[in-house]
Amino acid sequence: MRWQRKDLLGIRELSAEEIIFLLDTADAFKEVGTREIKKVPALRGKTLVNFFVEPSTRTRTSFEIAAIRLSADVINISASSSSLIKGETLKDTAKILEAYHADLIVLRHSSSGAPQFLAERLKSSVINAGDGAHEHPTQALLDLYTIRAHKGTVAGLHVAIIGDILFSRVARSNIFGLLKLGARVTLVGPSTLVPREFEKLGVTVTHKLDEVLETADVVNLLRIQHERQRKEYFPGIGEYVRLFGLTKERGKRLKPDCLIMHPGPINRGVEIDSELADGTQSVILEQVTNGLAVRMAVLYLCGGIAT
Amino acid sequence: MFRRVEEFLMSMTIIRNGRIIDPANERDEVGDLFIVDGKIAAKAKGSDPEVIDAAGLIVAPGLIDLHVHLREPGFGWKETIESGARAAAAGGFTTIVCMPNTAPAADSPGTIAWIRDRAAEVACVNVLPAGAISKGLMGEELAPIGSLAQAGVVAITDDGRCVQNNELMRRAVEYARMVGVPILDHCQDYDLVGSGVVHEGYWSTLLGLPGWPSAGEEAIVMRNVLLAELCDHQVHCQHISAAGSVRILREARARGVKISGEVCPHHIALTDDAIQNFDTNCKMNPPLRAKEDVAALLEGIADGTLDILCSDHAPHAQFEKEVEFDAAPFGIVGLETELGLFLDLLVHKTKTIELPRLIEIFTVNPARLLGIEAGTLSVDRAADVTLIDPELEWTVDAAAFQSMSRNTPFDGWKLKGRAVRTIVDGKTVWKL
Amino acid sequence: MDAAAIDRALRRIAHEIVERNPQLDTVILAGIPSRGVEIAGRLADIIESLGQPRVGIGAIDVSMHRDDIGTRPELPRVQASTLPLPLEGKTVIIVDDVFFTGRTVRAAMDAISSFGRPARIQLAALIDRGHRELPIRGDYVGKNLPTAPGEQVRLRLEDVDGEPDAVWLIKEEKA
Repeated sequence: MRWQRKDLLGIRELSAEEIIFLLDTADAFKEVGTREIKKVPALRGKTLVNFFVEPSTRTRTSFEIAAIRLSADVINISASSSSLIKGETLKDTAKILEAYHADLIVLRHSSSGAPQFLAERLKSSVINAGDGAHEHPTQALLDLYTIRAHKGTVAGLHVAIIGDILFSRVARSNIFGLLKLGARVTLVGPSTLVPREFEKLGVTVTHKLDEVLETADVVNLLRIQHERQRKEYFPGIGEYVRLFGLTKERGKRLKPDCLIMHPGPINRGVEIDSELADGTQSVILEQVTNGLAVRMAVLYLCGGIAT
Repeated sequence: MFRRVEEFLMSMTIIRNGRIIDPANERDEVGDLFIVDGKIAAKAKGSDPEVIDAAGLIVAPGLIDLHVHLREPGFGWKETIESGARAAAAGGFTTIVCMPNTAPAADSPGTIAWIRDRAAEVACVNVLPAGAISKGLMGEELAPIGSLAQAGVVAITDDGRCVQNNELMRRAVEYARMVGVPILDHCQDYDLVGSGVVHEGYWSTLLGLPGWPSAGEEAIVMRNVLLAELCDHQVHCQHISAAGSVRILREARARGVKISGEVCPHHIALTDDAIQNFDTNCKMNPPLRAKEDVAALLEGIADGTLDILCSDHAPHAQFEKEVEFDAAPFGIVGLETELGLFLDLLVHKTKTIELPRLIEIFTVNPARLLGIEAGTLSVDRAADVTLIDPELEWTVDAAAFQSMSRNTPFDGWKLKGRAVRTIVDGKTVWKL
Repeated sequence: MDAAAIDRALRRIAHEIVERNPQLDTVILAGIPSRGVEIAGRLADIIESLGQPRVGIGAIDVSMHRDDIGTRPELPRVQASTLPLPLEGKTVIIVDDVFFTGRTVRAAMDAISSFGRPARIQLAALIDRGHRELPIRGDYVGKNLPTAPGEQVRLRLEDVDGEPDAVWLIKEEKA
C-alpha cells in the first residue's frame, strides 16, 4: 500500500491495512535503535515543533528522541512558554508556527478535536500526541506493536483495558485499533468511569475484574488520575484497589503468558501491584522503547511524503 | 359626490389575491388585505394605493420570535439591535423578543429603557425586551421584576443561564404572577451538566467530549412544572431538546398546569452526529440530541405539547467560533433560516403540521403567551404582515445574511418555503 | 539478457570477488532489498561452490538514508537492515541489481557507516547502465548496458518476482 496521510489525528480514521503498514515501518525503525549510530538522515532539514499545550514530559521526550533520530530539528513549546496563555488563539499560534516553516507539529491539547482543528488550517503535518479524552494514536500504535511483537498477531486475542475509560484517550485509541485488527476487547472499571454506552463501539463492558483475569491475553491498566477525578466518580483509592486493582492475588490468576501493559506513569499499589509492574509478564518498559520506533515511523511517513 | 379631504392624504396598500391565513380570526381564504395608514382596514380608503400582487402567496399576520439574542448593549461586534432587526425582517419576523444576557444584563429599568429607545431609533421591526429573573443573571437575588415590568419587558428570563436555587425560582414565579409577565426558563441543571458540551450519548463517548445529559434539562423542566403548579403562573421552558422533557410537559399540560415549551429549528434539523468533525457551528446549548429526541419533539409539535417555535438566534463572530470545540461559545444564528427550516421540515418533509397551524404557532401562540397585541390581522391593529411563498425553493447563503454573524450549520442547505416580504406598520421593511 | 546470461555474469563477479579478497572470511555481501539481497545470496552460494569459505551476507535498507525524501509522492517501504556485526576490519560489498545514478550506493554507504567502520566498502552490481550523478564506480559489474536516460532497466528474478530470471530494457514511450 501507499501511505498518503500528512497528519495522524486518530486511529479511528485508519484502515487495518494502514495500521499494519505503520507497525511494519516501526519494525524497520526499531532496528535503527540497535545501531551504533542511532540516527538516520530521513528528515534532515525538517523542523518539528513539539507543541504541548497540556504538559507531558513522557510523550514529549519520546517524540523528541524519535525526531532527533530522524535528524529533524526539534523545538519544544509548552503551555507555560507559549502565548496561548496570554490570550492568543490556537489558530493564531499555529499560523505563527507555520510562518516559521515548521514541517511537523506534534500537538498535545486538553480539548478533543484540537489536532483536527490545526490540520484543517495548516500545510504542516499535524501529529496528535493526545487530545482531551479523544485519541492518543501513537500510544495505541505502540501498544499494538508491543502486543504483536509478543503474540505474533493481534487478531483473535482477548485484551482487557482496565481503569478510567471515560476520560481516557489511550483507551479510545486502543479500542479502535484493537477492534480493527480483530482483537476482542473487554473494558473493566467502575460503572461511573466505564459507561455502558461504550458497548456501542463493539466492546464488552464489565464491572468485575475477576471475569477477565483467566481469559485475557493482555491486560492494559490505565492510570487512575487522582487529580482529574471529581469525588463523585468513585469513593476512594482504597475501594478502587479492592475492586479493580491488579493485586498479587489477582495476578496469580492471569494466564502465564498474559502480557501486563501500562501507558504510564504508574501509580504503584493502586491500579497495579508494584512487584507485578516489574515482573516477568510486565512489558511496560518495552512499551517505552517501542514508542520510539512507532513515533519514528509516524514522523517518517507523515513528514516524508511530498506536500 | 364629495369625499373628505383626509381620505386623499391617507396612505393605502392593497395586498391582492393572497391566501390570507389569520388564525386569530379563524380566517383562511383567498382575498385582498387592506392597509390604511399603517393599520389593517376593512375596506379601501383613499386613492392611489400601493398594490402588492400576492397571488400564490400566503398573507399572514407578522410572525413573532420570542427568543432572540441581539447582543446590545455590550457585544456589538456580534450583532446590534439594528442588524438583528434586519435579520428578523429578512426571516419574515415583525416582532422579536430580545434576551437579557447583554452587558450590562437587562436587569434594571434603565437598561430596558436604553434597549427600547435604541430599538425605536434603529430597528425596522418591533423589538420587545425581556428582563432578567436575577440580578446580573447570577441566580442569587431577584432582579427588580416589578420595575422591569413597568419599564416594558414582556417576559422575565435568565436565558443563557438557569436559576439553580429552587426557592429563588419559586419566588420569581410568584412575583412575576403579581406583575403579569410570564417566566421563560433556560432549563439546565448545572450539577448534572457539568462541563458538558455535546449530548451525552454515542458521539460524546466516541469523541471523548464532555457529555450534556438529557436529564440535565428534564430535571429543570420537571422543577418548572412543580413551580408553575405551586404558584399558578405561566412558566415557559425554552429550547426544549430532550424526549423526556416532552413527556413531562405533555403530562402537566393535560392536567392544566400553566407550563409550555418551545422548539428551535436546529433541534429537529440535526442530530448529535453533526459534531463528529468538531464543527463549532453545531455547538449549541442545549446540544443537538439523538434521533429519538428529534422524533419526540416532532410528536410534541404535532399534538400541541410544544406550541411555540423560535430561533434562539445567537450570533457570534467568526474569530470566537473558530477555536477548539471546548472553548467555542454555544449558539448559532437563526432568524434568517428559521421559517425556511420549519416550513421545509415540519410542513413539507415530515408533514408534522399543516401550514395554518404553523402560522398559528408563529403568531397567536407567542402573542398569547406574552400578552401582547400582535399576531392578528384584525381591523385597526398595526399592519404587521408577512408574505410567505411556501413552495419557493432556495439555498441558504450565509455570506448574504443581514445578521452581522455567520455562525450557522445550514449554509448551503436547500430549503422549500420562505418569507418574501415583511411589512411592519404598513411599511415594507424587507422583500426578496 | 536471459537466465543463462545472468548466471554467467554472477559467476564472473564471484570469481573476481574471490580473486581480489584473499581473506574471504572478512567479506560481507550486503544486498540492497529486495533483488540485491537475492543476488547477494546467489553470489555467496557460487563462492561456496567454488570450494571457498561461506562469506557473510546481510541486507542494507537505504530508504531512510535517501536524499529525496519529501520530494516523491510515494515513500519507499522501509525495512530493517541486518548485517553481521561488528563491521570493524571487514570488507562490506554492497550488492545491487542495477547500478545507475549512484545515489542509492551513496545512501547505502551512509547506512553501513551507522553500523560501524568497516575496513573497506566495495560495490557489486549485475547491470551497470551508466548515467552516474555522483563520483562512484563499480568494483564488480556483471554487464555494462548502454541506455538512454528515459529508458528503464528491469530485472526479474525467479525467487523474488515469480518470473523467470531475465533483464528487460524498456524503451522510452514516444509521446
